[in-house]
Amino acid sequence: MFPGIPMLNYDVVVIGGGPAGMAAAARAKELGLNVLLLDENDYLGGILPQCIHPGFGLHYFREELTGPEFAARLAKRLVELGVEYRTAARVMEIRNYSDLEKVVIFTSPSGAYQAWAKAVIYAAGARERHAFEIGIVGDRVAGVYTAGEAQTLMDIYGVLPGKEIVIVGSGDVGLIMARRFALEGAKVKAVIELMPYPGGLARNVMILRDFDIPLYLSHKVVEVRGKGRVERVKVVKVDENLNEIPGSEFWIEADALIISAGLVPSVKKLTAIGVEIDPSTGGPVVNDRLETSVPGVFAAGNALLINDLVDYVAEQGELAAEGAKEFIENGGIESRKWIRVEKGENVRLLAPHRLSGERDVYLYLRVARPMEDVELRIPEVGKRVKLSLATPAEMLRVKLKAEEIRDAEKLTVEVVRE
Amino acid sequence: MKTKVAIIGAGISGASIARVLSRYENLEVHLIEKAPDVGWGVSKANTALIHGGYDDDPERYPMRAKLCIRGNRLWHQWVKELEIPHIWNGALIVATKDDDFDELEKLLERGRKNGVPEMRLVDREELFHLEPNLTPEAIGALWVPIVGQIGPIPAVIAITENAVANGVKTHLETEVTGIKVENGEVKGVETNNGFIEADIVINAAGLYADRIARMAGIDYFEIHPRKGEYWLFDEGLPGPRRVLFPTPTPISKGIVVTTEVSGHLMIGPNAQDLPPEEKEDLSTTREGLEEVWEGAKKLWPQLPPRSKVIRTFAGLRPEPTGGDFIIKAEEEVGGFINVAGIRSPGLTSAPAIAHEVAGIIERDLGVKLVEKEKWNPYRKEISHLFMMSPEGVNEAVKRNPSYGKVVCRCNNVSEGDVLEAIERMKFIGVKTPSVDSVKFRTKATTGTCQGSFCRPKIVMLLAREYGVEPWKVTLKGRGSEIGVGDVKALLRGDA
Ligand SMILES: Cc1cc2nc3c(=O)[nH]c(=O)nc-3n(C[C@H](O)[C@H](O)[C@H](O)COP(=O)(O)OP(=O)(O)OC[C@H]3O[C@@H](n4cnc5c(N)ncnc54)[C@H](O)[C@@H]3O)c2cc1C
Ligand SMILES: Cc1cc2nc3c(=O)[nH]c(=O)nc-3n(C[C@H](O)[C@H](O)[C@H](O)COP(=O)(O)OP(=O)(O)OC[C@H]3O[C@@H](n4cnc5c(N)ncnc54)[C@H](O)[C@@H]3O)c2cc1C
Repeated sequence: MFPGIPMLNYDVVVIGGGPAGMAAAARAKELGLNVLLLDENDYLGGILPQCIHPGFGLHYFREELTGPEFAARLAKRLVELGVEYRTAARVMEIRNYSDLEKVVIFTSPSGAYQAWAKAVIYAAGARERHAFEIGIVGDRVAGVYTAGEAQTLMDIYGVLPGKEIVIVGSGDVGLIMARRFALEGAKVKAVIELMPYPGGLARNVMILRDFDIPLYLSHKVVEVRGKGRVERVKVVKVDENLNEIPGSEFWIEADALIISAGLVPSVKKLTAIGVEIDPSTGGPVVNDRLETSVPGVFAAGNALLINDLVDYVAEQGELAAEGAKEFIENGGIESRKWIRVEKGENVRLLAPHRLSGERDVYLYLRVARPMEDVELRIPEVGKRVKLSLATPAEMLRVKLKAEEIRDAEKLTVEVVRE
Repeated sequence: MKTKVAIIGAGISGASIARVLSRYENLEVHLIEKAPDVGWGVSKANTALIHGGYDDDPERYPMRAKLCIRGNRLWHQWVKELEIPHIWNGALIVATKDDDFDELEKLLERGRKNGVPEMRLVDREELFHLEPNLTPEAIGALWVPIVGQIGPIPAVIAITENAVANGVKTHLETEVTGIKVENGEVKGVETNNGFIEADIVINAAGLYADRIARMAGIDYFEIHPRKGEYWLFDEGLPGPRRVLFPTPTPISKGIVVTTEVSGHLMIGPNAQDLPPEEKEDLSTTREGLEEVWEGAKKLWPQLPPRSKVIRTFAGLRPEPTGGDFIIKAEEEVGGFINVAGIRSPGLTSAPAIAHEVAGIIERDLGVKLVEKEKWNPYRKEISHLFMMSPEGVNEAVKRNPSYGKVVCRCNNVSEGDVLEAIERMKFIGVKTPSVDSVKFRTKATTGTCQGSFCRPKIVMLLAREYGVEPWKVTLKGRGSEIGVGDVKALLRGDA
């Protein structure tokens, strides 16, 4: 198909060497598949090597690890299993040659290749929203970084991006970066949060108290000014409808503005082959094998939906590998029917979207508003799960057993007061 | 003996002049620029159109009217010789009310007078054939097929590289602070890097051309900035195939909707006059951006959602007293040539401005220009991974494996591309490593993620190739350093 470039053959090609991709590749190999794992970075691990704080792996390894430790464990497993992987290998294009054959074109320091596979697992992670996307105006100066970029600069390359910091967003990533800066002796002048409640887990919100960092809820950063570097940022208060309150503006002097305003699944290579996207997750629509709308193309990790726990990411990788195995063996993922899963009251997003009812499945979902003492309900099958707290910051994961849902036509998931 | 020429300002005007003058055996050409790299003044932020030359009234603005159409014709040749990114996609000036046709008729008439070929009015049916997603309010348009778009900074870079290859000397990060005039003749320019001797001084200083002129004692004009703001959207969103203008009003050509050379939908600019001293105010404003949004919607109702915006930016037009380009040898000061007030359509006119200046040197300053036996009109663009076929990549990695390694994932820029860019930066004398210098040569950092993945990698490559510490690499020159030190600098107390 691409004369002149070397052709490789596999059962599965896994795109992305973060925790989702590594777990997928390892599981695929365990299941006896011939697998190739590709990542564009010089190292495996995705964003984990830059997350030098603890908080990873409690479910998956039953031990609290740092990001690099978590990545190293998965990498060790890959090596022990003899999984073939390539780093500095960027997938340029996926081609859906037929329902049963895919071609993955990648480039690397040893050249471009066409890797043919029966199934593809897409685990390319996410990108961060940046300053322009959230409507910040003013000067285009140095010192405006996304949290991940600042983290890469500090923890991969040893560069300190600034010493007087304002952080946009109080999600876990923003809070962890606040601590990271404080630990390096920088002054974190404020964390600015648009919503009336913090976006991160309670234990991470504690960081602000520990380091005496002011949190401005119901505020947003609207403007950055400076000559070469950031000099000051303009903050404004918003009302309950998120509209700006005139006259409430004030300036904070700072030399860096860190944007931690959420992640967006990286799906361009999927949309290019016509994979259906769920606007609420930003990732693909998938069935309970994590197969997308294009047969034989699976998705896992942050490319599927934004996860806060790496453990779930790895779990999704394994699930996708199991799906690939089934796909290859049966020439497709079979189901007598697909049960649609729909968002009900207070559910902002969820995946998977279609269930066979023939196997147990984990549902991953996020609520729209924080609420205490709630119940997750699926009225069609009379399912109820009590939850002491549900916040948008924390992804909920519920197990549905095949026998519980088998007879349903559709499931509506809601999170409501008891 | 050679005649020494000092050109102040390496924008599109100064660079083009340098290229045209590099053709002559008996000139020694110095191109002087205060910024760390070329093309970072007015030439950096504009609509990037090669205009059709139909809207400048030859009675009121004779220079603009004459040079715009000539410039357009020359660009058709220059983009090929210099491998500058471009597209000749034509423009539609859209009418939405019956009265608009009076204005379009006037433009057609004026275009004919200015010598613009192949313009004509199109009716509603043909209009929607040319541009199906235009506002349903559209009732007809003026169709100008010679209009095109280029990469403006890539153009300045290409022209400068070619000029340097033909013997021009650049002086970057060199700010002209005075002009030495003796007995009514220029002798050279004072700079922060010492005195540069010159027999001819050409003032192509963009927004600061009034200040430079005053250094030579010429003060009959003033330049004030007129701000224009833009929105740029992510790739892959449907935009027009042609450049779309509204029917102009007496004050403005109006807000353009276009798909720029790299394939991104772009809207802008508005026009806001700033006081003369605010020549550095390139900040975007919410009011300005809203005005652009509303204006663009009138032509292109299906603007993408705001979440698809990847960048907003502003540019400053150098508006001169009188409104026309001021291009002439000043009689009171021998050897001093003004190329001032180069407002829109200055980008379009630049090659013609350059030839005009060569003419002035010969005609008004009496320097007989002698052509070089060997002058190289060509310049090769650097490699771009995004333009290579897979086989091409395999050829390139044989030369250097770094061509297979992607640095910028949004735009498929390889490490090899970046290294070539750095080589070219050094070739024209860029001394301070900056991410923007790499960005304008490779397109890295300009995609969907706006550099959050690749900027650190580029910083490390610049640090290595320039032999500086990574935190001292800049975004866009001194004062815009990427960091404040290594991660332990604050704890040690040395940042
Ligand atoms: C600051 C921060 C703090 C965090 N803290 C915690 C925590 O305390 N606990 C926790 O459990 N989780 C935490 N997380 C979340 C967790 O790290 C992520 O959920 C997880 O890493 C996502 O894994 P992934 O494999 O889906 O994606 P990634 O780790 O992003 O990996 C995707 C990989 O795919 C590669 N790739 C993309 N496109 C291509 C292509 N075309 N070709 C080749 N390769 C490609 C990328 O380069 C990348 O290496 C944190 C995240 C951040 C940013
Ligand atoms: C919003 C906007 C939209 C536009 N759209 C278009 C368009 O679509 N088509 C078109 O044809 N034109 C357009 N223009 C006009 C066009 O951009 C300008 O006419 C052109 O770029 C001017 O180039 P220049 O070289 O004269 O000035 P500049 O690019 O500003 O170059 C002057 C240089 O001089 C340097 N300098 C200044 N003072 C000193 C000093 N003391 N010492 C050393 N160096 C100095 C500056 O740093 C600068 O690099 C637009 C302009 C704007 C602002």
